[in-house]
Amino acid sequence: MPNWLIEPDFVVERDPDRCIQCEVCVRQCANEAHEFDEELQEVFTDSTRCVGCHRCASLCPTDAISIRPAELEFRPNENWSAQAIRNIYKQSEQGGVLLTGMGNPEPLPIYWDRMLLNASQVTNPSIDPLREPMELLTHIGSKPQRLEFSGGETPQLETTLGPQLELHVPVMFSAMSYGSISYNASEALARAANEVGTYANTGEGGLHEDLRQYAGRMIVQVASGRFGVDVDYLNSGAAVEIKIGQGAKPGIGGHLPGEKVSADISATRMIPEGTDALSPAPHHDIYSIEDLRQLIYAIKEATRYRKPVGVKIAAVHHVAAIASGCVRAGADFVAIDGYRGGTGAAPTMIRNNVGIPIEFALAAVDSRLREEGIRQDAGLIVAGSFRCAADVVKAIALGADACYIGTAALVAMGCHVCQKCYTGRCNWGIATQDPYLTRRLNPNIATRRLVNLLESWAHEIQEIMGGMGINAIESLRGNRDHLRGVNLTDRELNVLGIQMAGE
Amino acid sequence: MRIDAAGIHYRQLNEQINEAVDAGETEFVLDNVLGHRYIGAGLRDGVHLTINGIPGNDLAAFMDGAEIEVHSNVQDGVANTMNAGRIIVHGDGGDILGHSMRGGHVLVRGLVGYRCGIHCKAYEERLPVMVVGTTAGDYLGEYMAGGVIVVLNAEDTDGSPVGRFCGTGMHGGAIFVRGEIEEHQLGAEVTVEPVGEADRDMLEAIIREWSMAFGVDPGRFAPEEFVKIFPRSSRPYGKLYAY
Repeated sequence: MPNWLIEPDFVVERDPDRCIQCEVCVRQCANEAHEFDEELQEVFTDSTRCVGCHRCASLCPTDAISIRPAELEFRPNENWSAQAIRNIYKQSEQGGVLLTGMGNPEPLPIYWDRMLLNASQVTNPSIDPLREPMELLTHIGSKPQRLEFSGGETPQLETTLGPQLELHVPVMFSAMSYGSISYNASEALARAANEVGTYANTGEGGLHEDLRQYAGRMIVQVASGRFGVDVDYLNSGAAVEIKIGQGAKPGIGGHLPGEKVSADISATRMIPEGTDALSPAPHHDIYSIEDLRQLIYAIKEATRYRKPVGVKIAAVHHVAAIASGCVRAGADFVAIDGYRGGTGAAPTMIRNNVGIPIEFALAAVDSRLREEGIRQDAGLIVAGSFRCAADVVKAIALGADACYIGTAALVAMGCHVCQKCYTGRCNWGIATQDPYLTRRLNPNIATRRLVNLLESWAHEIQEIMGGMGINAIESLRGNRDHLRGVNLTDRELNVLGIQMAGE
Repeated sequence: MRIDAAGIHYRQLNEQINEAVDAGETEFVLDNVLGHRYIGAGLRDGVHLTINGIPGNDLAAFMDGAEIEVHSNVQDGVANTMNAGRIIVHGDGGDILGHSMRGGHVLVRGLVGYRCGIHCKAYEERLPVMVVGTTAGDYLGEYMAGGVIVVLNAEDTDGSPVGRFCGTGMHGGAIFVRGEIEEHQLGAEVTVEPVGEADRDMLEAIIREWSMAFGVDPGRFAPEEFVKIFPRSSRPYGKLYAY
């Protein structure tokens, strides 16, 4: 490819006074940005290959490397941004669909940042979670409309409860398949979920034999490709999730290229080694809500009604009506993934332009299910870029039962959000299957970091709740009175169902 | 064990079967079946069901080794994501028969509907085989990733025994059709050839299996009368993206 078409995103600078020619950077960069010239006995850098993942700079023993955005500027143009121009260079050269990774990076509004939380002052006391009990226990599943008890001295519950997931922190690890992420990353997520008392989601790539020991804290996913799905898989997890859509790529399927289908992944997905794993855009047995009900109950029959069966959808137009349909179809939980949701690979145009913000989707769905009197029939899980504990608290106040985190969990393991997951050359050993790279992620350390993250978020959630004078997360759920809007129009406040700050 | 399905909900029927299987029962005869869904869902090796009446949708979903013989037509979604086992249908099949099937055999005496064998796939010793007695509807073997579909055209129907969009998106496995098939009926990802020596024994064995199940003379179907539809590439979308 002629060089003039490849414009670097970054400039890698090497301080010659500091560099000791140790070649750590050469060995660390799977994108081959650094190269050792045997003749000159010197390391050279090709900035066009840099993805900005910071691996070399992080590991350089003498701090000789710095990485800056490329200074090769086009004439300023608000319409024809550098990205828009470079995309056209790339497509006119290769003739393909632009591919990307991670969630939507475009400067679209983040509504979590336009909602602020309440705290107690004078009229009711706040609570210190360090000294008083603060309940985060969350159950996800279908709840009965009413409870019946037997009479007598000690009343006994007579209503049969459906199967429930029990979360000690209202945050779960979102669906990330073994294939999109490495085995070590999958193992760390599964182990951390067990340790904290939450759940990791297998994604659509099946469940590796060695991870089945952690499956009591895993949600197994059934997607359109049905990879790795058999009756043992369905029964191994704590719950089953039917994946209809994903926030980063609503309405389209997935292609795991044959190069990534190694022997181990082939065994987990139960497909031949080296073949493309194609997930069709729709489930071909689901063309309606009635068909969805049929699959939900097929899975309930195959698991003998012992597991909650949920449905994951992307947040799109009419999401409230769709979610209502899912609940009426028998889903024990509905997971909604907003348009900022992450991915290992998605067409850029779809990721950046399809779907709606999770904040609106959540508010609309929760309101609709309440209006219809069916909110108790299903748990509501939201996904699509939860960056911190405050985002989680806001989501729960808006009506969610729990959140899924994907990118935040990867960042905890070392991800630098370089958006190159789709290349399979993740220098941090997360979104890759290359054994040379996957070894870089130590599952023990990654597990500890994930546990640390969830425990710190749990404590922050407790602190925020205590400040509001709330001592159980059940009292926060759907309690929109604790949210106020800033920088929002009347229409936005209406859809979110919250008041303006000052009101 | 004989179960009269008249007037009971599918959930009760399937629970009775499951409980009896847990207790060691292996032979079942189900009478008066009428639209009961999910019969045989997830059932494993060594269990044999005989169904009198018309079972409902998703018969044998996720089935893992059991055998089912249906003395009637079946509805939609038979063998959905089935892993292993055998189903014999003494009648017609509905739509999406064998969806995402990974193993086992489905033998249908009559015709099947639309979207049959979509995304069926093979893995190691598991090779799904679906045999259609007469004709199949549109989208046969769409997205097919592995396995074998055979359309016998046993009644020598006028015109083609398969519909349109046959093998669209196919990237593994093979479809054998006895009778004519025109280019416009095929997906862009497949090609057609006469049956070669390499496939002959397998095709004959499948024909024998179907013929024995329904008491038909296997000599009626000669391998030369079939064409083989198979994918041009196992990587149909390998060049779709710009990096």
